[in-house]
Amino acid sequence: MFKRKKHSTFEEHIPLTKLFKKADGATKASYIIMGAANIANKQYLKGFIFLLLEISWVAWLFTTGLKAYHNMITLGTHAQGLVYDKKLGISVLKAGDNSMLLLLWGMLAVIITVLFILLYRANLGSARKIWELKQAGETLPTLKQDLASLLDEKMHVTLMAIPMTGVLFFTILPLIYMIAIAFTSYDHNHLPPKNLFSWVGFANFGNVISGQMANTFFPVLAWTLIWAVAATVTSFFFGVILAMMINAKGIKGKKVFRTIFILTMAIPAFISLLIMNNMFADGGLVNTLLINSGLIKTSLPFFTNPLFAKFTIIVVNLWIGIPATMLVTTGILQNQSEEQIEAAEIDGANKFQIFKSITFPKIVFVMAPSLIQQFIGNVNNFNVIYLLTGGGPANSNYYGAGSTDLLITWLYNLTLNTADYNLASVIGILIFILSATFSLIAYKKISNSGMEA
Amino acid sequence: MHSLKGVKRRNTMILYLLLTVMAIVWVVPILWIILTSFRGEGGAFVNYFWPKTYTFHNYVQLFTNSQYPFGRWFLNTLFVSIVSGFISTALVLAMAYSLSRLRFKLKGPFLKVALVLNMFPGFMAMFAIYYILKAAGLTQSLFTLILVYVSGAGLGFYIQKGFFDTIPYSLDESAMLDGATKWQIFTKITLPLSKPIIVFTALTAFTGPWMDFIFAQVIMGDNVKNYTVAIGLYSMMTKETANSLFMSFAAGAVIIAIPITILFIVLQRFYVSGVTSGSVKG
Repeated sequence: MFKRKKHSTFEEHIPLTKLFKKADGATKASYIIMGAANIANKQYLKGFIFLLLEISWVAWLFTTGLKAYHNMITLGTHAQGLVYDKKLGISVLKAGDNSMLLLLWGMLAVIITVLFILLYRANLGSARKIWELKQAGETLPTLKQDLASLLDEKMHVTLMAIPMTGVLFFTILPLIYMIAIAFTSYDHNHLPPKNLFSWVGFANFGNVISGQMANTFFPVLAWTLIWAVAATVTSFFFGVILAMMINAKGIKGKKVFRTIFILTMAIPAFISLLIMNNMFADGGLVNTLLINSGLIKTSLPFFTNPLFAKFTIIVVNLWIGIPATMLVTTGILQNQSEEQIEAAEIDGANKFQIFKSITFPKIVFVMAPSLIQQFIGNVNNFNVIYLLTGGGPANSNYYGAGSTDLLITWLYNLTLNTADYNLASVIGILIFILSATFSLIAYKKISNSGMEA
Repeated sequence: MHSLKGVKRRNTMILYLLLTVMAIVWVVPILWIILTSFRGEGGAFVNYFWPKTYTFHNYVQLFTNSQYPFGRWFLNTLFVSIVSGFISTALVLAMAYSLSRLRFKLKGPFLKVALVLNMFPGFMAMFAIYYILKAAGLTQSLFTLILVYVSGAGLGFYIQKGFFDTIPYSLDESAMLDGATKWQIFTKITLPLSKPIIVFTALTAFTGPWMDFIFAQVIMGDNVKNYTVAIGLYSMMTKETANSLFMSFAAGAVIIAIPITILFIVLQRFYVSGVTSGSVKG
């Protein structure tokens, strides 16, 4: 009756090593000549595609692949330099190896081989399928059926092929490339194509954690953590209070108030932050209005005093962060069950107790995952720092960073201003470790508390 | 009884007062940028709030200044955001559907890998992406910008996956019993039920290019005629030009804020459900 197999478990297959012992000649041949089993069983198109890809991979390996691997290991041996030209009788500039490109091609070569290994596995899987179907006495799928399965049981292949290609070339390749850079000497003294750079192992990590960079890294890390905690907690706390205020009984014009705050969320961050930068500058609107009104005599150092600047950043961030929390909290408050609150009122709980024991825990519970994301987002909050203070005021104790720079803006400076790509990559990896550890612990905590509740 | 009512009324008055003060704090920067965009005199810094003269000149200048071709930037951004919006939406929905509804061996591992990949700061890869594009000879074109925006689609499927997870599986099962293929289920059953999330995905993808001023800058470099509005406006705020072009910057800011604000107000209900949907599974 039901043509379709149950999808609850994946089909059991015979292990590939066992298959090799048991199977017939064509299947055995597939272990070396890809597509042999397909061709022997009249799946010509599939078989020849396998075979063609294998031949091209081997051809690629011997023409360019092996060289690419070798270059990736040496990262180039000939630096750019003057070479005496006998014909001309003078020294001429001769181009050397470009370590950066050699590394990039090497990474690409690794990916090509990984893809080939996956293809090889697919070839064996196909050979096994043929063998299994024949053992069971069933007919083999025709080309037409194979193609039709791409819109049915194999539809994930169809749907995910294009996005996965994008991920491969624009996320995975750049990422492994940058991770590799962290283990090289690719800094301002070793800039290709003029100079070569080479593998240096964990030296850069040592430099950041206990070497010269430690004096910049640890203060910047401390401020990054303070900022991320302060920004996340203040936005959340005041956002909840604002939502409670707007939703309080007896307040009219709830929609008007809500819309006013939501409007500010819609303005692109780079605009609102640049405006704030202008408003809080030494000669900006806030200072001149305060001076004009006689409250202060000289301009407040909103962005010029390191400590003051940190406060300014956190306060200005409230302007951006509060409406977002308010919007979500409002949604939660409106879905709150009235019964529970009425029951608590009958038991004699006052408003503060209801808020503390019922409403607030509910808000925290629902928003916990988004709070974790906000925290990670704040660790990586490039826009606020870059647009508001640009990392300033300058700090002569730091290398390539200002007093308010976060790790992420420091990373940016290290690549764009000082060209220390290796250090930037180390910072990127450390940010990753920080974010991953934090979210792992936080998500564990949430799911545990969720089970208790 | 009377005094209790009095306390209540007083509390309400305090709440109104607080809310009004906060509303003013939130509105003032917006009002100020709008006023600045019509201001006829002065530069970036003036010591008063209300302009002394009003003019449309700043808006006119925006579209006539050949060094800062805002009109062209606007069309660039519109083109990039429409094309990348369409493609991204299709790809995100395809990924989300596969990872929510279809069963295949590598699904679990892939979801884990995607989580890890998303934890790396995007900036770290940015320069490598630049060099890859440069090696492929692809920098400084709008096509490349679309390619880069679209390539993010493969990892940005979480909200959409959460939505597909809520559609009852029994619908798929009964269609399967009737002999429908997965493709038919996807196109004829799931997608028609997913209009809200399709709209959400399309609109978020559409607004992205209007706000990104850093990735686009790295890709476009000094090719001013291919700038998007965000990099264009940002490029007007260098130290040398910030003072003279500040009012035009404000005018440009108002022009791009209007469509995005309208979209956002339409979008806000999706925004809430997007943020809270992650909590269902914890």
